[in-house]
Amino acid sequence: MLMLKVKNLHVKVADKEILKGVDFELASGELHVVMGPNGSGKSTLALTIAGHPKYEVVNGRIAFEGEDITGAKPEERARKGIFLSFQHPVEVEGVKIIQFLQRVLKNLRGIDEVEAYDMIFRAVQELGLEGSILSRELNVGFSGGERKKLEMLQAYLVKPKLLILDEPDSGVDVDSLKVIAGVIAKLHSEGTSILLITHYGRILEYLNPQRVHVLKDGKLVVSGGMELVKLIEEKGFAAVDADGTAVKA
Amino acid sequence: MAQRSRLEEILKAGSLEEILGTAVPYPKEIELKGELTRDMVEELSRIKNEPEWMLRHRLNALELFQKLPMPRWVVGIEELDLENLTLYSKPEIGKEVKDWEDLPENIRATFERLNIPEIEKRFLSGLTAVFDSESVYSQLKGEFEKKGIIMLPMEEAVQKYPDMVKKYFGRVFPAGEHKFSALHHALWSGGVFVYVPKGVRIPFPVEAFFVIGSALEGQFEHTLLVADEGSYIHFIEGCSAPMYKGFSFHDGMVEIYAHRNATVKFTTIQNWSRNVINFNNKRAIIEENAYVEWIEGSIGSQITYTYPSSVLKGEGARTAQYVVSLSNGPFMKDTGAKTWHLAKNTSSKIVSKSISANGGINIYRGLVRILKGAKNSTATVSCDSLILDEESKAYTYPHNQSDEPSASIIHEATTGKLGEDKLFYMNSRGISEEEAKSLIVLGFISEILEGLPFEYVEVLKKVIELEFSEVGGVG
Ligand SMILES: Nc1ncnc2c1ncn2[C@@H]1O[C@H](COP(=O)(O)OP(=O)(O)O)[C@@H](O)[C@H]1O
Ligand SMILES: [Mg+2]
Repeated sequence: MLMLKVKNLHVKVADKEILKGVDFELASGELHVVMGPNGSGKSTLALTIAGHPKYEVVNGRIAFEGEDITGAKPEERARKGIFLSFQHPVEVEGVKIIQFLQRVLKNLRGIDEVEAYDMIFRAVQELGLEGSILSRELNVGFSGGERKKLEMLQAYLVKPKLLILDEPDSGVDVDSLKVIAGVIAKLHSEGTSILLITHYGRILEYLNPQRVHVLKDGKLVVSGGMELVKLIEEKGFAAVDADGTAVKA
Repeated sequence: MAQRSRLEEILKAGSLEEILGTAVPYPKEIELKGELTRDMVEELSRIKNEPEWMLRHRLNALELFQKLPMPRWVVGIEELDLENLTLYSKPEIGKEVKDWEDLPENIRATFERLNIPEIEKRFLSGLTAVFDSESVYSQLKGEFEKKGIIMLPMEEAVQKYPDMVKKYFGRVFPAGEHKFSALHHALWSGGVFVYVPKGVRIPFPVEAFFVIGSALEGQFEHTLLVADEGSYIHFIEGCSAPMYKGFSFHDGMVEIYAHRNATVKFTTIQNWSRNVINFNNKRAIIEENAYVEWIEGSIGSQITYTYPSSVLKGEGARTAQYVVSLSNGPFMKDTGAKTWHLAKNTSSKIVSKSISANGGINIYRGLVRILKGAKNSTATVSCDSLILDEESKAYTYPHNQSDEPSASIIHEATTGKLGEDKLFYMNSRGISEEEAKSLIVLGFISEILEGLPFEYVEVLKKVIELEFSEVGGVG
């Protein structure tokens, strides 16, 4: 079954076209990687799939489990099973993490507060996080690495059908990287479909992707297997040109 | 049990209307309206069978009212036309009220809707209920009466304890301060007098609950609270009005006198319906080593002006003023706090938190004044504004002045906005815009909620949730 289908997607942000016709399909249970230079539109793609109102779809469509969700509200997409782990999670002052997570579990999995409380504490231990973060405010004063781990804790609790990860590995130390890769691997093994945006190949050592896409200047220029990652690591993104011909050669 | 389920009903309510109810007509025994004259004030005093000194007090205040100009900072109450208001309205009660059962059905239902009798039973040391211009119910649990605590409708205190009332009434907050304090003193009616004797600590809060029953009414209740040396009291003030067309005017006053080593906590939760113009005059005089804490929560009303004030008169006197104001919709809150440091080693803390949404406006107006000679006094002021959308606004006008070199004033202000990215983050976790707003607002004021009793916190949470739900917003 198809989990996600992106068809001829053109996206504008602040009156500038960023995505210029993106097509790809992700089958249920698969793990795909998206790579690409800075500013190529990777985060735009992730945020558009999750439904950020600033990212305007001017052409094309997004289907989730066969259903067109191009115009759906972000909270509806979340309820259908889409979860985005942000590249830059924002600080939300005043909202305590424990209360936030309880509400998320109630809304997305129908779990009552008391049960959620136990679940959250167990998950924190399983991921080797500090229990004290639960009484802090959402991302407030968090380091980059802490933010990424909190995103993973949420994904781990929510168990989405589709997990989109926007650079979960940037700005984190080696130990944290292991924790993060571990959560991704576990969710994947439990059936979650994954779209992993990354800049480096390192996190892929822990994972087993089916397919790699390269995004350049708002277009997927080439798709292939793990050999693409090696090529990019050795020769940089310059090795893949706008038509993908450099790779073919 | 029936009452207990009222709390559950409130917590399950789908709209504010379900909680506040709509106005029902009820019989009035006496009404005074029309032009505000000497005759009217004399008539009011006669109805209350007042001693000469109180009549004179009223007439003096009336003269001041007529002389004083409209304060410059009063904006937005052009609608206020005193001649159209019923300035005194006495509901028909009949016999003496010893129990809720003795009240007329309609009035009782209004308080029951708000779960007041049940809260009284489970949770309070005493309760006074004011409906329109009169205190219709006032009971102190017997065990506290034995300790010498006095809690009476203000009028009754004037009759029974004239010496004590004379000593404080209008001394903490004089009539001549401004036009509305003068108006209040001329027309005051209803309210409560509380005296806590030396060394007596009241374990559970005492509450006064005010209801304005119908439109085009003025309510001028007066609360006088005297805490003698070393005593303790927590006084809770609740305000509500059913929904009706037209507006009402509230010009209440609270005077607190905290003697040496006394502690007074005074909590107000104001949820008037959105057609009440709400004016408050609140002040405490705080003697040596005494402490007064104000919590001023303004949720409802069309316009509110309230600035709980503390006069730190004795050495080592302390105060804290927590002011929370929510303006959701085309409404305005002009709130803040005022503090005067008159003696050595006094300290004060002002925490103001305002939330503006859907076109709401909040104004913080504060004053901290440390007089020369108030050595080593400290004041901190923190003003946080949360603005939930582009149409809403928050302004702060702090005025801090110290004439004492060894004293310090620390001022901090923050403005937070609910930006698109924060909202999207919450949305992407399955949390709708309305839910996100109430979560953020409750988090923003959590520091202040922690100081309130559980029952009140639960109801407040519900009210705030309804404020931001699609169906519940009151326009
Ligand atoms: N919210 C935004 N406002 C304005 N420009 C944006 C916004 N988001 C992305 N862009 C622009 O779109 C382009 C692609 O950005 P992004 O999707 O973040 O790239 P990547 O994640 O691949 O680094 C950049 O030129 C960036 O400046
Ligand atoms: Mg990016």
